[in-house]
Formats: sequence, structure tokens, C-alpha cells
Amino acid sequence: MSYRTTMRNGLWDQNVVFSQMLGMCPTMAVTTSGTNGLGMGLATTVVLVGSNAIVAAVRELVSPHVRIPVYIVLIATLVTIVDMSLNAWMHDLYRVLGLFIALIVVNCAVLGRAEAFASRSTVLASAFDGLCMGMGFTGSLTLIGLIREFIGMGTLFSQASLLLGPRFAFLETRVPGEYGGVLMMVLPPAGFLVLGFLLAAKQVLERRYAAAAGIATNPDGEQAAAGCH
Amino acid sequence: MTLPLAEWRTRFAYQPLSLGFAALVTSAALTFANQLTKPGIQAAEERDLQTSLEEVLPAGYADNSLLKDAVTIPDAAGQDVIVYRTRKAGSVNGAVFRTSARGYAGHIVVLIGVDTQGTILGARVIKHQETPGLGDKIEATKTGWIRGFEGKSLSSPPAEKWAVKKDGGVFDQFAGATITPRAVVKAVKEGLAFYASHRDEIVSDGKRQGSGV
Repeated sequence: MSYRTTMRNGLWDQNVVFSQMLGMCPTMAVTTSGTNGLGMGLATTVVLVGSNAIVAAVRELVSPHVRIPVYIVLIATLVTIVDMSLNAWMHDLYRVLGLFIALIVVNCAVLGRAEAFASRSTVLASAFDGLCMGMGFTGSLTLIGLIREFIGMGTLFSQASLLLGPRFAFLETRVPGEYGGVLMMVLPPAGFLVLGFLLAAKQVLERRYAAAAGIATNPDGEQAAAGCH
Repeated sequence: MTLPLAEWRTRFAYQPLSLGFAALVTSAALTFANQLTKPGIQAAEERDLQTSLEEVLPAGYADNSLLKDAVTIPDAAGQDVIVYRTRKAGSVNGAVFRTSARGYAGHIVVLIGVDTQGTILGARVIKHQETPGLGDKIEATKTGWIRGFEGKSLSSPPAEKWAVKKDGGVFDQFAGATITPRAVVKAVKEGLAFYASHRDEIVSDGKRQGSGV
């Protein structure tokens, strides 16, 4: 598989949230604000790159019968080490991200990539796949977070400077005037609502693209829609 | 002589052994990482605690290291409370400790700083699971409500006024959330009562200094 396809898959065609529908637990739990979504996405990306690379490196050694427990042990170890290192050496960042990192273990997208890609690809290709999947995940979570935050509290990227450093304080914006916000949007049900609307929007986009591509006798669009399940 | 790896992989014994080996290697890696990060994590957590303790005191109120000057005292319910003494030029001038009460969802933990007379220097909610947008107005980063406790003591306002306005007291409640501020008021009041009944123990100039750390 070419790097181009890998990137396309990660960002759109097989997007972790919107196509594979994996990692729903962290997706629903942390997307109450854009900053939280971004933080969770970035932390997951780091773990995905690492876990994919490690799994690819040992893929010849692991027999098919015990591969799942071996991958889980490897992923859990990696997450725990990332958690401890951040806590010890980047404590300010840990105070913001700490909540999310332990949650990465239960993100089945990480195991999913190990199983579907890294176990049959080279280390480099796997690390690249982890990066692309991670970026797709980060983008999706940030988008959901921003929508929920904007409607729910009338802010965008609140507390971004805590995550990215004071230089990014300009990202923090507020709706002018007195906007109380719609509380439900930051409560769990709205996570499903927003995800549902975004999924529908993605389908519409893909259908239009496929229809247009069909006239232009480009089968690529058809494949894209088929890869979405 | 040596079988190719692909063939070894199909053997029965290879399965438990490889899984065991993976567990062994990862455990070793975790042990190593734990050793490596332990001092850093400990230092960072102490820094965090020190910062949160100082937040409930006016700037420059204490010149001692609060973490090294703590006593453990059981409260009325038998729970151990760690009380950090504050000192200026060697003599005790106040204390910082945690107090808690049941809120709308789980316990709300409040850290309060008091002077020797039992007047509140500052209070902060350090842990809660109240509803975002309603109950979380007790956080100092959201509203200034928690600052309303500063300067209050058990005698001012009088005991029966230690309640939210809805219950005839002096403290504001929030629109849509009465249980949360009620719990915080209760926690702070109980904290002050705890301090009053153990004041001598805490203020008596540190004969048991450091025993609680």
C-alpha cells in the first residue's frame, strides 16, 4: 500500500471515528471542548505511532494464536510508560492530559491498527500509518469538541494555552455578549448527537463525490464509499 | 539444525512461552520506567500540593515549608485529617486542611486556610464531580463564589446563618443548583468546627512537628 493511500485512509477513507467507528469511549468522554479533543488526539497519536512500530518490529515473532494478548500487553505497557514519563518530566502538560492518557489503553483503534496494519507491514510503513490514523483521530475529536463547546458554552479552544503553551492563547475565543450556552451539549448525550450529524454529513459528501466521479468514469469514489462501514 | 522461525511458531509450546516472554519483557520495562520516573513524579506531586496549599493563603502569609510541618488528627467521624501548619518567623499563625461533604454527585473536597482565631483566609474546591455548567460554579476558575468565604468564621456570621440564602443563610446559591453550594457551605462549616475543637493541638507550637508527614 502506498504512503499516499495510507494517508488518505487515515485522514478520510478509514477515519478512526467517522468510518471505522472505533475509539467511541474516549470520543464521547473527552470531546466536551476543542482543547480536550485536541489533547486526547495528540496523546493517542503518539501512542499509535509507537505501538504500530513496536508491533511491526515483532510481527515475525508473534504467533497468530497469541497475537491479541501480546499486542494488548505491549500497548498497555507503552501507554503506562508514556503516562509515567509525562507525569515525571512534563508535569504541566500531564495536569491537562493526565486524565486522557490512561483512557488510551481502552481505545480499540490502537489495537485495531496493530491487528489490521502493523502486524503485516514494515516498521516504517506502520509508524506512518499510526501517524496518519492519529491525525485523523485528532482532527475528528477536535471538530466534535469544538462544535459541542461552541454550542454548549459559547467558547472555542478554551484553556488551549494550558495545553499548547501561552503562545497559543490567541486561539481562545468567546462568543461576544452574554451567551449562557446549551448545557446539554457538554453532557454525554450530545456526544452521540454531534457524531450522528457529522457522520451524516460525511455520507452526503461522499455520495456527491461518488456521483460526480461516476459520471467522470472514475471508480475511485465508489471505492471510497465502499470502504466506509 | 535450527528450525526456521515459521515452523517454531506453529508448535504448541511456543504459544505460552512467547506470551510469557512478552509479559516478562514488558514487566521489566515497566519496572525500569517506574524506577526512573519515581523521583520526578514525587517531586512534581509535592510541588502541586505546595502550590494548592498556598492558594488558600494570602501571598506571603507563611514562610515555612507546609509539607514538612503537618499533623494528622482524627475528625469527629474518625477520619484522619492532615493539617498543615503555617508559620511566620517560627510561630504558628494558621493552618491549611481538607474538609468535605456530599454534593449532588459524590464528595466535594474543599481545602481551607484559617488563621489562629479560626477566620477563613481562603477556600478552594479541589475535587468534585458536580454537573458542568451548573454545579461547577464553585470552582475558583469559573466564578468568584468561593471567595465569599474569606474573612468568615464560626461566630461571623452566626452559626444559624451558615447556610445558603434559600435556607435562611448568608451564602448565595446558583440558579438551578442549590445542593452543590449547600454542600460546600456545610463542608466549610464542619471544617471550622473541626479546627475549633482541635485548635490547641494544632497551634501549640509544634511539639509534634513533622510527626504527620
